[in-house]
Amino acid sequence: MPPVDGPVPETAAEGVDPDLDPLALRHSSFSGQLPVVAVVAVGGAVGACARYGLGLAWPVAPDAFPWSTLVINTSGCAVIGVFMVLITEAWTAHRLVRPFFGTGVLGGFTTFSTYAVDVQRLVDGGHTATGLGYLVGTPVSAMLSVWAAAAATRWAIGRRTR
Amino acid sequence: MTRDGQGGWQTARRDLDIVAVIAVGGGIGSIARYGLARGITTPAGGFPWATLITNVTGCAVLGGLMYLVLEVWPPSRYRRPFLGVGICGGFTTFSTAMVESRGLLDGGHLGTAGLYLLASVVLGILAVFGGVALARALPRGRRRGAVVAEPEPVPSAEGQR
Repeated sequence: MPPVDGPVPETAAEGVDPDLDPLALRHSSFSGQLPVVAVVAVGGAVGACARYGLGLAWPVAPDAFPWSTLVINTSGCAVIGVFMVLITEAWTAHRLVRPFFGTGVLGGFTTFSTYAVDVQRLVDGGHTATGLGYLVGTPVSAMLSVWAAAAATRWAIGRRTR
Repeated sequence: MTRDGQGGWQTARRDLDIVAVIAVGGGIGSIARYGLARGITTPAGGFPWATLITNVTGCAVLGGLMYLVLEVWPPSRYRRPFLGVGICGGFTTFSTAMVESRGLLDGGHLGTAGLYLLASVVLGILAVFGGVALARALPRGRRRGAVVAEPEPVPSAEGQR
């Protein structure tokens, strides 16, 4: 890992340092936001393209159970479960790592709007049972995958540091 | 799109322009979500309003958009990838919502976690229906037009299926 921030007090954007004068703080938080916004955008672009690619590789008929979106959301939740434990409990991550990967890549990869629209489409098309199964199945499997991935990561860290 | 039997990768290479459009849309959607999260901060153990608002508005917009794309607007190569897959997909998020729920559960805020999950799902679905209804009401009817336009669009709307 590179040194977190170097000599420049870039962290002023997050942790407010009372010793800094307000003008300098305002300036540093503005210029400090630009790289964050940039990495969120790049991450979101990567995530959205990955979701599109998975949808192309695994097309689902309009009246069928949307497996590809379920897998996208569940796997995205598993990865963020691992990631959150790693950056909060194991690593001292660079300040751009979380905006890039958590907010950008995984946020852009997983999707709530397609999930909700697919439920509506299935129910509207008369596939009520499939729609309701998908409605309940997605949050349940996503929650389970976050929880299991976080627990497994915590266990693995505990074994390594013991 | 993959009916040529070449598989997803081949299609993606041929449709690089679509991938580019999705990337731009995904970037814009993600920045908007980040901005909203910075604007409405959630204290530890608090209700994650920013993500709820993000997801519910994203659902309403995509609901309306899908109605317009599939039933009203003429076919377009970029509209659905850019607005739907890119912007709405990049704006809304499942992973953040689940991480926030887990954080609330971990912190012992069982009620808040349950309410948040339930509100996300229920309001998200209702927002889709609302968005579709709004889009249905919008293009032909600016009140005055709705009455005038009523007799003629019926056959064309049916004919499209």
